[in-house]
Amino acid sequence: MMSWLPEDVSTFGGEIDHLFYLIYYITGAAFILVTVLMILFLIIYREREGRRATYSHGNTALEITWTIIPAIVFISLSFMSVSSWAKIKRHAPPSDFELQVTAKQFNWEVLYPGPDGKFGTEDDFQTDNDIHVPVHKVIRIHLKSRDVIHSFFLPNLRLKQDAVPGRDILVWFEATKPGKYELPCAELCGFGHSGMRGWLYVHAPEEYQKWAQETWAQKQ
Amino acid sequence: MSDSVAATAAHAAHAHHAELSFWRTYIFSTDHKMIGRQFLFLGLFMLVIGGLLAMTMRWELAWPETAVPGLGWIPEPYAYGGIIPPQTYNAFFTMHATIMIFFVVMPIMVGCFGNFLIPLMIGAGDMAFPRLNMLSFWTGLVSGIVMLAGFFVPGGPAASGWTAYAPLSAATAYTGVEWGQHLWIISLMFLGASSLMGSINYITTIVNMRAPGMSYFRMPLVIWSLFITAILLLLALPVLTAALAMLLFDRMAGTSFFLPQGGGEPLLWQHLFWFFGHPEVYVLVLPAMGVTSDILSTFSRKPIFGYHAMAFSMISIAFLSWIVWGHHMFVSGMNPLLGTAFMMSTMVIAIPSAIKTFNWLGTLWGGSIRFTSPMLFALGFVSNFLIGGLSGIFMASTPVDIFIHDTYYIVAHFHYVVAGIIFALFAAVYYWFPKMFGRMMNEPLGKIHFVLTYIFFNATFFPMHILGVGGHMRRIYNPTQYEFLQPLQGINVFITVSAFILGLSQIPFVVNFFWSLFGGKKAEKNPWQANTLEWTAASPPPHGNYEATPTVYRGAYEYSSPLVKEDWLPQNKLLEGGSAAARAH
Repeated sequence: MMSWLPEDVSTFGGEIDHLFYLIYYITGAAFILVTVLMILFLIIYREREGRRATYSHGNTALEITWTIIPAIVFISLSFMSVSSWAKIKRHAPPSDFELQVTAKQFNWEVLYPGPDGKFGTEDDFQTDNDIHVPVHKVIRIHLKSRDVIHSFFLPNLRLKQDAVPGRDILVWFEATKPGKYELPCAELCGFGHSGMRGWLYVHAPEEYQKWAQETWAQKQ
Repeated sequence: MSDSVAATAAHAAHAHHAELSFWRTYIFSTDHKMIGRQFLFLGLFMLVIGGLLAMTMRWELAWPETAVPGLGWIPEPYAYGGIIPPQTYNAFFTMHATIMIFFVVMPIMVGCFGNFLIPLMIGAGDMAFPRLNMLSFWTGLVSGIVMLAGFFVPGGPAASGWTAYAPLSAATAYTGVEWGQHLWIISLMFLGASSLMGSINYITTIVNMRAPGMSYFRMPLVIWSLFITAILLLLALPVLTAALAMLLFDRMAGTSFFLPQGGGEPLLWQHLFWFFGHPEVYVLVLPAMGVTSDILSTFSRKPIFGYHAMAFSMISIAFLSWIVWGHHMFVSGMNPLLGTAFMMSTMVIAIPSAIKTFNWLGTLWGGSIRFTSPMLFALGFVSNFLIGGLSGIFMASTPVDIFIHDTYYIVAHFHYVVAGIIFALFAAVYYWFPKMFGRMMNEPLGKIHFVLTYIFFNATFFPMHILGVGGHMRRIYNPTQYEFLQPLQGINVFITVSAFILGLSQIPFVVNFFWSLFGGKKAEKNPWQANTLEWTAASPPPHGNYEATPTVYRGAYEYSSPLVKEDWLPQNKLLEGGSAAARAH
């Protein structure tokens, strides 16, 4: 089942996938254990002439065991999740590459600060639905929305964050492989929700420089 | 006064039947059993509508933008020659979820079985407030009519999802739906009132009207589950009603509770909604767990494994259900530190669910298992709940949830839990049908129904996990618009075909239900040789239920007790010798 995961091209995606696999193996083992026992019990303890069911109200030792083992597993899983979560959502690394993405029905507006690296100046550059970034660079995005809630989803970067009107939410990623990756909206946002998508273009550094120069030049 | 009480007690059936007209018996009835049957028919009717909406959606997802067979009659702009546009698609999944949750599972599991079983199983003559009970049903019916009316107003029904996230739901401009959304809100406010009346009634009845000897820890687990459910409903529904009122004000009165341009906060809606919504999940699933526990024990001919652990795990689920709502909001923009806290509480709530599953397994161990239709469906519920419970652990882990949130992984998960309840629902219908209608259902047809439903339920919902792992978003109208989803389209087609067969697999049930209603074999008092009190009343029980209030001497699960030759020992059977001690207890 896990082979269906989209290719991971982000620095933190590996951690998410690692947890995903870990939980998959644990729950898979639990599923097999319970299902096999259930099928065995159904066969062994089917009604037969002359056999009476065991009169038992339970077994405290067993019940304590199967309370404590899941408790340890579940609580360990949450502790193992804490650091990745903090890394992805709480501690965005510093970077000089910032973008603003503003969602609206049914487009992603992408705003670049332009050559001067500052927003709100003359040379800001805006485009719809296409994001161009260099590879191996921390990208910080200020996520906003003009109307309803949208969700910024980059399957290949294992990144998802709702864009909420009235808020400026900081998301970050660092792509590890150049390419073209789809950017769908993952939160129902109206009749045009399906088909609201953009593309993330991850360029090699020199290609990105070329794209940026050409684009800034075009604007002037 | 005392004369009439005596007469009622002595000739409950005759005294009432003579007095009551057709209308008072079948329509405006205050008898908990009739109200239970009314809720059952309401729920089954809505199940058909909810199911057909799902079929339409599945067609759309497998073969996007092609005409759905048989829907050519839908006028423009809701469909174009049978082709469903995105707006209608959004309306259909909104109504599908709303109907299935509020008008199928709640009316049947809580409304029907709560009403029918609580007085009978605790040895009472009726509910504490019979007229309030009747009002609860009629308010629920009005709510259902208002909800369905959404299909007939200009703009169509609500299209902002059953979660109605603001601001999408808070202003007509965002969806183009005006009255459909208003009616959705108003309908759920009515439903809130209906549930409130029902839950007050259930709680009062269980606290005050238990037969002598029926201590709390002799109650069958299904009564425990309904008791806890009623408490959750009493506390959760008003939160939804308050949030709905705020939403309606935003839409109609120009307020800005959830609209940021007026200073409102969209996430406030999500907090209020899920503060109601997560306990609501347990409102749906707890009665299913109760039903399953009772049926597994009866047909294993063995006491339930760890009765106290079962009751206490439901109680702890109920408490914990109030502090896990944030796990629906990990990527909503809520403070990520809160996400960490909600992950912890969510992992903890998985523990009592695990206990319940292991105890069901323990109940089967050493049993003498009879594979009747209700038993098969109860086992089906356990198997689905196992998958639904385990898949929940993935999304409890916040980093994993970043990827699978709002994908089909979530859709698979909650269908294994919530649509899995349909197995407990069918188990309960097959099990209590003889008591409700005085006739047996057909066993071979029931088994065919089970086998088909079990296979095609899994064929429908299991592959959705794979879609989710592939990143397939929920609530999208046309998956082929996305390049990364194109390799998954074959799975969508497979799911749709399975879903259609799953729909057709319900035909044996419909046939069985209606045929048995009129032509089934007459049921005896206790066809399953079960212990609980309802099986000592006539089938169906008369108005007033019991000729004399039963006295309870023991718990509900004394199967294969060494004290008696038979393998069952009813709760109210007086045993020689042990009676004095039992009564004192």
